[in-house]
Formats: sequence, structure tokens, C-alpha cells
Amino acid sequence: MSDNNISYVRTEMLEEQPAPLSEKGPVAWVKNNLFSSVPNTIMTLIGLWILYKIIPPFISFVFLESVWTGADRAVCATEAQGGVQGNDWFGGCWAYVGAYMKQFIYGRYPDAELWRVNLTGILFFGSLIPLLIPSAPYKSANIIFTVVIFPVIAIVLLTGGHLEFNGFLLPDSIMAPSTAKFAVDFVILSLIIAGIAALIARGSDKNPMPSVMGALFFMGAVAVIFIVLGVNFGLEHVETPIWGGLLVTLVIAVTGIAAALPLGILLALGRRSNMMFVRLFSVIFIEFWRGVPLITVLFMSSVMLPLFLPEGVEFDKLLRALIGVALFSAAYMAEVVRGGLQALPKGQFEGAMALGLNWGQMMRLIILPQALKLVIPGIVNTFIGLFKDTTLVLIIGLFDFLGTIQLSYSDPTWSSPVQNITGYAFAAFIYFLFCYFMSRYSTFMEDKLNTGHR
Amino acid sequence: MKKTLLTTVMGAVAALGVSAGASSAATLDDVKDKGFIQCGVSQGLPGFSNQDSDGNWSGLDVDLCKGVAAAVFGDATAVKFTPLSAKERFTALQSGEIDILSRNTTWTASRDTQLGLNFAGVNYYDGQGFMVRSELGVNSALELSGASICTNTGTTTELNVADYFAANNMQYELVAFEKADEVVAAYDAGRCDVYTTDASGLYAQRLKLTDPAAHTVLPEIISKEPLGPVVRQGDDQWFNIVRWTHIATLNAEEFGITSANVGEMMGSDNPGIKRLLGGEFGEAMGIPNDWAAQIIKSVGNYAEMFDRNVGPDTPLGIARGVNALWTDGGLQYGPPVR
Repeated sequence: MSDNNISYVRTEMLEEQPAPLSEKGPVAWVKNNLFSSVPNTIMTLIGLWILYKIIPPFISFVFLESVWTGADRAVCATEAQGGVQGNDWFGGCWAYVGAYMKQFIYGRYPDAELWRVNLTGILFFGSLIPLLIPSAPYKSANIIFTVVIFPVIAIVLLTGGHLEFNGFLLPDSIMAPSTAKFAVDFVILSLIIAGIAALIARGSDKNPMPSVMGALFFMGAVAVIFIVLGVNFGLEHVETPIWGGLLVTLVIAVTGIAAALPLGILLALGRRSNMMFVRLFSVIFIEFWRGVPLITVLFMSSVMLPLFLPEGVEFDKLLRALIGVALFSAAYMAEVVRGGLQALPKGQFEGAMALGLNWGQMMRLIILPQALKLVIPGIVNTFIGLFKDTTLVLIIGLFDFLGTIQLSYSDPTWSSPVQNITGYAFAAFIYFLFCYFMSRYSTFMEDKLNTGHR
Repeated sequence: MKKTLLTTVMGAVAALGVSAGASSAATLDDVKDKGFIQCGVSQGLPGFSNQDSDGNWSGLDVDLCKGVAAAVFGDATAVKFTPLSAKERFTALQSGEIDILSRNTTWTASRDTQLGLNFAGVNYYDGQGFMVRSELGVNSALELSGASICTNTGTTTELNVADYFAANNMQYELVAFEKADEVVAAYDAGRCDVYTTDASGLYAQRLKLTDPAAHTVLPEIISKEPLGPVVRQGDDQWFNIVRWTHIATLNAEEFGITSANVGEMMGSDNPGIKRLLGGEFGEAMGIPNDWAAQIIKSVGNYAEMFDRNVGPDTPLGIARGVNALWTDGGLQYGPPVR
């Protein structure tokens, strides 16, 4: 039956036509997104006004009016201030940042040894970037290099290596401090750890041999690291007080981040353990470090600790800061990871046990991969906080990136009203670069690991 | 690397009971063993101790340490600098982390008597001053009643202002900030009428004002701030070396010995110069007899140090004032070497 001849029905389809301008195109977008309602219009106008107030002066200060070359304060000061610029001039003094750039990055690290810092930096980024790209090959080799080999190379390169170890366990009255005593102490410590591993394994009715061998293998690897650190590579010793700038910031942040994650996971697991003492220790540790301000920890380590140490014994300031920052952030990390563990349904644990997995396998294969994925925003949040907290080491006389910039303000050669504005702007830019990268990478990983369950 | 990392970690635990302030008897021996002097300086005070863009330390306080190094080793570069905050400076000295504290530290009775420390002299006489906008037409601090005053928190400057205004029956309003940068910015922006800090600091901060010529430093100095090097108590030999390093630069200025002419002055007939440059006084302090000559050769006499770091030709442009020699009406008076 054909009704095509009914006169009020079209016989052919209409041509497709572009959407009317009121629905598509920039005008429509502006109308729909910026001026869709009276409140939206008001907000848009206020927003535009704020941008108008901020952006032109910013561009003018940073780019248009700024000074890029010069030898001293004269180029960055107005005539009234004893300089060469017109009296209503107001611009950035990038010439000052340029003159201080070497200090901002390396502190007072000796010129002749700067290649060591550069090499460490190249190795660090060279091994970290492939590690961060999920599709890059040789992941396991890369991880071993970044986590085990790189730190040893970095310590040797940055300090110069040739560290002396004098022993730590036996009292000095039994054996005089020396490298040999350190070796003896180390063997005793290894045996004790192997013994504990055996006891724990026997407690769970297993063959203790694999645990003991594992513990001894681990201590053997640690021994190799100590031996490498003790070798004299002929590098000049560069003491930590003259390190500074971005170098110190990165050393503290990277060490803190690298130590916080594994320690935090262990503490989080410990806090949920059935073993009384492990749980108690974890709880006390976490609550103690979360309960004291970082600035107090640093201040205590710099003002009180030296009074307790015997005369002549010095405890490297940078090492103090590193330990403080690492323990502090580990406690925060532990709570973040515990959040992830709590969020997993009980069925995941029971399912893993029903499969016959032991505790280690359960955690490694089932629980932690899911729990850590859940808390990526929290973990990166802690990392970013840690990165910015490194500026607090200024309290104990270490000059990190911001500290070095502030130190340069006291140089009368460059003193001018714009000096510290420029310096702080530069600091903000660099900190933003690092933090924004971490934040973007965490978003990327979240999308990458999203399995669609949530 | 002579650091004993693990011992020290364990040592920290084991030695918690060791009492504070136990000082070693002979700093000089320690210093000679080390081969350098560890000198505590500020974290940056223009003209006194600050770093340049190459990371070299310079300033009046820095030169004093270099002078001591020259006296002990004949080498003014045998010195390492530890930048210290105001809070940790005395601990660093008590614990032996540094050998000299040369950090614009005011000599007061409590510090000298209660901290187990000794002040080895005064290398700069400072005092708290006021800076105001010239347009206010104020010519004396006594006309400041009712003014708002910008200053740093947590320093003695607040206390000095309170004392001064109370003593003169004047009202004031305090606007305090944590960092010197903020104080200057607030004063420059007109949030207060008066900026007060140590006079030497006023000159340094003036460089950061939008229009330095529109501000006046008032003549009144309302506090005594004798700044000088500090050493641990109970080590008289080291105390003497530091004290006489400063005195040698004063006497050198008085005799007209400079870093340029110290070579020819060695042959001078003036008995005073002979005793200073060639006497047997170094030996008594455990250092070489040419100590004074070495100091002057490397850092110059007091006038040279002053002019190089804070004097009229530097950006700070501070006049000698009370820091002139006693012969010129100032307070710098070097006891004779004989």
C-alpha cells in the first residue's frame, strides 16, 4: 500500500542544514556558557574585570617592562633610586635572576665539580621518565636501576663517596671503632635479622629456609652498597653545608618521596596487623609524627640535638633534615594508604584467602594494587605537600631553592624595590612547574588505571 | 669523607645524658688540626655578612673571620662560613659546631654572663634609629608622638621603642611583621609613618624603597647595640686571638698601615709599628709572630674593611660616625701592642 501521493507528505528528504548560529559557533558558545542567565552574566563580567586588573600588569611586569641584561642594581632601579630607569618604571629584574641562576640551582657547590650534579640530574630524569611512561620497555630493569643503583650513584657523585663507617652495635670498649668493627657489627646484625625471619616463618608452620635465605640475600645486597659507598673513586669531597638551591630541594623532596611510600605502606599494613606489637608500634609511630609540627622536628634536630651529642661529634644537617622529612611524610602516607585498605570490600580479602594465597601474596597480588589505585590522588597530594614543605629546612640553616633566593636579597649589589618581587615570582614559577607536573601525572595515571568499577 | 654517619646516629641515642655546654679546652688546637676556622655568620645582612652572585661571602663580620684565619694560618681563605639564624646562633657556638660567632650579635650582660660565652670586642657600634618620610617635616624622634611605627616582630627593637616612647611620654601604634622584606614593603606602601631598626639596617633597606631620597634618617639613636665576635667561655687563648685580631686592625689604621703598604711598613723605624708587625706577641698566643702583618695584608686595616663593606662608596653609604677611631672622635680604641 502506497500513500506517497498524499499531498501533505513530502516526497523527498530535506537537505541537511547547518545548525542556526544561535545554537552553534563561538557566539552561541559565549551566549550559552557565559551569559546564559542574569547571575551567570554578572559572574562573567566580574571575572573579566578581575582578569583585566591582573593580566595586563602581570604581562607588563614580567615581559614588557622587565630588564633582561645588566651587571648590577642600576639597571633595575629608577633614577630616584640611583639607577637608570625612568621614575615610573616598574618591571621584573630578570638580569638579577640570571646573575644568580647558578646559585639558585646549585647553591655554593664548587664550579669544578658541577658536572657531578649535572650527571646526577641527567641520570635521575633519564631513569625516571621512562619509568613514568607506561608503554616504555624494560620496566623491571628500569625499576631496579632507579630504586637501587641510582641512589648509590647519586650519593657517591654528590658527596664524593669514600664514606667511613665506624661501627654501630658493639660498645667501643670491646672493639675500637674502625671499618673492621663496622663489618663485624654488620654480620651480627644480619644474623639477628635472619634469626627473626626464621622465627616468624616457624611461627606460621613453614619451612624457614626461604625466609632466612631471603633475609641474608637482602643484607648481602645492603653490604654491597656499603662497600661501594666506601670506595675511593678519587672524587673531591663536597660537604653538604655548601649544597644549596634547587639541588637541596630536589634531594630532600626525592628522598622524602622515595622513603615515604614504602615506609607508609609498611606502616599502614602494620596498623591493620593482628600482631599486637607491630600494631602498637605502627600506631605510636604514626600518631607521634602526625602530632608534632615538621618545623618543631627540624628545629629540635638543629637546636637541641647538638647539645646532646658528645663534643666533636657532628651530625650532618642535611641528613637530619632528610630523616625528619622522610619519617614525617611516611606517617601521613601511612594514613592515606590505610584509607585505601579500608575502602576495599571484605570480599576481596576473603576471596584471596579462599584461593589459598598466603598473606604476602594476598597483599601483593590482590589488595595493594587495588588499594593504591584508589588513593592515587591522596598519595600525590602528600607528595606535593612534601615538595613544598622542603622550604621549611631554612629554619635549620639549609638553603633550599627558596632559601637561596631569600639569601640573595641581602646582596647590596642587586638591592632594589623590584628585586624580591622578581625573586618570589621566579620561585613561584619553578614550584608551580614541579607541582603541576605531579598533579597532571596523577590525573593521567588515574585515567590509565581506571577499570570502570567506579 | 670524615663523617661517621652510623656512629653519630647511634651516638645521638647513647649520649642523650651528656650535659650541654661542655667546651673543649683548646679551640686553637682543634682549628689547627682541621686546617680551617668555622665561622658562624648571618643568613644575609648587607655589608656585614652576605653572599654575592658567585657565592662568595663578604662583609665586615666576614672579614673579621678572614682576619683570624690569616693570623692563625697566614691564609685568609682557611675559613668556612655557616649561615645561622638568630635563634640557633648560640647553640651552634656552644655545641662546637662553629669556632667564632661573628654575626652582628649585640653584646649584652645576659648573653655575656649566662650563656657560657664571651664577647671578644666590638667591631661595629650600632644603635636603633628611625626613618621617616621627609614630607612629614619631622626633624627629631621627639616629634613622633602618635606615629605608627613599622618594625620586625620578636626582636629587641620593639622593646626599645616601647621604652623610648614611654620615657618621653609619647603615644605610638606598632605595625609589626615577621620578615624585614615585609616591613620595608609596608613602610614603602605608606602603611606606617616610621620605620625603625638598627641604623646599619636602615641604610641597607633604604635601597629597596621606591624613592630613597624622599626619606630621612632621624638623628636620634635610641639604643646601644655594640656588635662583636663571640667565642666560647673558658678558652682564653682563642679569646685573645680573636680579640687581638680586631685590635690589630684598629692599631694598623692608627699607624697608617694598609694592605698596600704593609710590606714597606715592616721596615719602619716607628717602635709601635715594629712591635705590631714584628714583635714576639704571636708566640704568646700560640700563633706565628707575623700574625698582625698577615691580617693587614689579607683584609686590610679597620678603615679599609669599613670602606670596602659599608662605607660611603658602597651602595650602603654609611658614614664612620661613632665607628671612627678615638683620635677622630669615635669609639674605636685599640689598646696598645706592647
